[in-house]
Amino acid sequence: MGKKVGVFVCHCGTNISATVDVEKVAEEAKKKYPGVSYATTYKYMCSDPGQKLLRDKIKEEGLTGVVVAACSPKMHERTFRNAAVKTGLNPYQVEVSNIREQCSWVHQDKAVGTEKSIDLVRMMTEKTRKDTSLDAIKVPVTKRALVIGGGIAGIQAALDIADGGNEVILVEKDASIGGHMAQLSETFPTLDCSQCILTPRMVEVAQHENIKLYTWSQVESVGGYIGNFDVKIRKKARAVDLDLCTGCSSCWQVCPSKKIKSEFDTELGNRTAIYIPFPQAIPSKPVIDKEHCLLYRDARKKNIPPEDSKVCRKCYDVCPIAPVKAIDYAQEDEIVEVKVGAIVVATGYKELPNNVYGEYGKGKYQDVITGLQFERLASASGPTEGEIRRPSDGKEPEIIVFIQCVGSRDPAKGCSYCSKTCCMYTAKHAMLYKHKVHHGHAFVFYIDIRCAGKNYEEFSLRAIEEEGATYLRGRVSRIYKKGEKLIVLGADTLTGSQVEIEADMVVLASAMKAQDDAEVVARTLSIQYDKDRFFSELHPKLRPVESSNAGIFLAGACQGPKDIPETVAQASGAAAKVMALLSSDELEREPVVAKVDRLPPPVFSTCIGCFYCQRVCPYGAIEQEDIKARDGSVIKTVARVNEGLCQGCGLCAATCRSKSVELAGFSDEQVYAEINSVEFN
Amino acid sequence: MSNETTFEPRIVAFLCNWCTYAGADLAGTGRKQYQANVRIIKLPCTGGIDPLFLIKAFERGADGILVSGCHPGDCHYNSGNYHARRRWNVFKPLLEFCGINPDRIQFSWISAAEGGKWVETINSVIDAVRVLGPFEGYQKINAIGPEGPGEGFAPSSDTTGCECK
Repeated sequence: MGKKVGVFVCHCGTNISATVDVEKVAEEAKKKYPGVSYATTYKYMCSDPGQKLLRDKIKEEGLTGVVVAACSPKMHERTFRNAAVKTGLNPYQVEVSNIREQCSWVHQDKAVGTEKSIDLVRMMTEKTRKDTSLDAIKVPVTKRALVIGGGIAGIQAALDIADGGNEVILVEKDASIGGHMAQLSETFPTLDCSQCILTPRMVEVAQHENIKLYTWSQVESVGGYIGNFDVKIRKKARAVDLDLCTGCSSCWQVCPSKKIKSEFDTELGNRTAIYIPFPQAIPSKPVIDKEHCLLYRDARKKNIPPEDSKVCRKCYDVCPIAPVKAIDYAQEDEIVEVKVGAIVVATGYKELPNNVYGEYGKGKYQDVITGLQFERLASASGPTEGEIRRPSDGKEPEIIVFIQCVGSRDPAKGCSYCSKTCCMYTAKHAMLYKHKVHHGHAFVFYIDIRCAGKNYEEFSLRAIEEEGATYLRGRVSRIYKKGEKLIVLGADTLTGSQVEIEADMVVLASAMKAQDDAEVVARTLSIQYDKDRFFSELHPKLRPVESSNAGIFLAGACQGPKDIPETVAQASGAAAKVMALLSSDELEREPVVAKVDRLPPPVFSTCIGCFYCQRVCPYGAIEQEDIKARDGSVIKTVARVNEGLCQGCGLCAATCRSKSVELAGFSDEQVYAEINSVEFN
Repeated sequence: MSNETTFEPRIVAFLCNWCTYAGADLAGTGRKQYQANVRIIKLPCTGGIDPLFLIKAFERGADGILVSGCHPGDCHYNSGNYHARRRWNVFKPLLEFCGINPDRIQFSWISAAEGGKWVETINSVIDAVRVLGPFEGYQKINAIGPEGPGEGFAPSSDTTGCECK
């Protein structure tokens, strides 16, 4: 018996009906398409009455297939499928014909739009006639979450999820959690000390019974799917046994390599080869920098195992732990395998380095520093203990110039976007400078001042009005050195004059960029990223914390430039999403998966066992199955799809030489039905 | 043969669900106008496109085809678009061998954020095929029937082969 298809054409207010004659579309469908037994139009199909109409008609008319001609299936396919389920119709018998985004909104001529809509509805009707009922695949949920990145975003997300009663694994690539926030001096717009508000949260992470922390570690690979990710974490060898070490500090005090540029101090300060990045580090246990450590350098040179080198073993000798010392030169990378149900990506950002702009010295002037470097200078825990001093000679700068939008809003340097935080932190820098150098003068070059946020505008006005920073609207064209001074040439576009400032120090409000390895991370996680390599959210407005891969969520600046409050809010949002996901024992997955045919003996399957499908499958979802006779002898070996792993891309189906693989929901029959119905009126 | 001035090419676009289909949606959301000569068929991934789908579309009267998916490295399924590209590299010479002008099939990468690029691409495909004229290879073969292939389907070094002579 043929299928009875119902066609429901939505007006979408006037969004569709203004440029598509919806009545005609419905009429044509009823008159001309085989299999269509009912067709109607409705003002808003997605509304409650619209869905009720759908349900009622499925029952009254005995429909066995439904086409809703409306907005993109990405909007309401689920709505209509859920409505159909309530009537007992299989949800995969419902298809959406996209006549809004791909027709009424892009063609203004009503005749053209109507014609195209008629075509599109016919194509979808033909597909629907070939639709088969599919059952959702149920998969168990692993009640554990992985958080990648231990900055404020990762910390917040981990704490929220852990407080919700779920296990969390927090992976941080550096030796300590804390991220960029730990480097900041004070935070806008309240000027509270960044470390003072961050470190208690870091301690909370370390002590939380539900959080397992892996620092100096990286996510190596992620397999599986929502609810059931298989994650491999590489614990890089830190040459220190974390279980034994007490963080007593004896080792880094005796380390002879004391002049290594500290990454945490943005290379303005030094550290030792065995080190903790900063005093409040979590865990407060050191790591050996193998590139600079004398012992490892010697071992590399002589090509011997590090434990055999005798060049310098001061840290080992001084380590008070007995009988087994906490220092272990022979330690090797360890791979930890964990199963998690959800993942939060909070890998943060990278500051644009100061060697990008030739006109600002391309990094060769020591006293032209970045915003983050200024944070370290202003920080009480920084290399100057909070005194503002020039990196070159340690003198207090009496005239300081801040330049905004360095990199940001400059497509020529690869960042067409606004970094969002720089207006505020420059105002903060000017203020901090004035607080510390009372007689000094701060100049700020800006293009626009963008201070949208609670108390932000007031804060920036305070920098100008109360703290007396001189704001100049214009760009700086060049910085050059003259004696001890830096000559800053710029324009003041409000007075239309050229400005020349003899500055002691220049601070560049450098852009927030995606991390260097953002693409690698995106590939590991199979998530999408935008043109600036920030990870893409699933919907720019309505699904801002979900990534393109189900079960993987985004938090913080890895998704786009953000300040701390926004980052924390997004992290909590991602945590809420994770907790909702982990609250159920079972998940239903779309049954859009591939299937290799099975037939009665003696054929068993048309599969010829070439396993090309196995080679192309990105998920390793194709397995080999032996078909055996009663005596146990193998008759033939054919392919089988592991439904749990299959993500439904259809690569195998297109690759199969014997047409033995079909993708449910997009079978050859369905696609050919669509192609065959392309007629073009 | 259609009159050149009134000829409206018929384009079938095979788009992946995650990038280009969403890009085409974005063009709609942004109310960007483009020519209506295209019919879109959505598939999960360009890697899942059987070349026979394209041949079938020509058989059903398409004058041109666009296959578009995610940018390299951006595939929702990690590597599907690479497979699509490889398949295209093999399929293209075959088309040429069959006498079908490979310019009738375009391949592009359009992300979910590139509504504007979708409009540019589809307009340029439509315009290009409008210049090429209608594809009549299959009409010929259907007219000749089982006796033998039409002129357009003889192996030909002339890539414009069967085109509306």
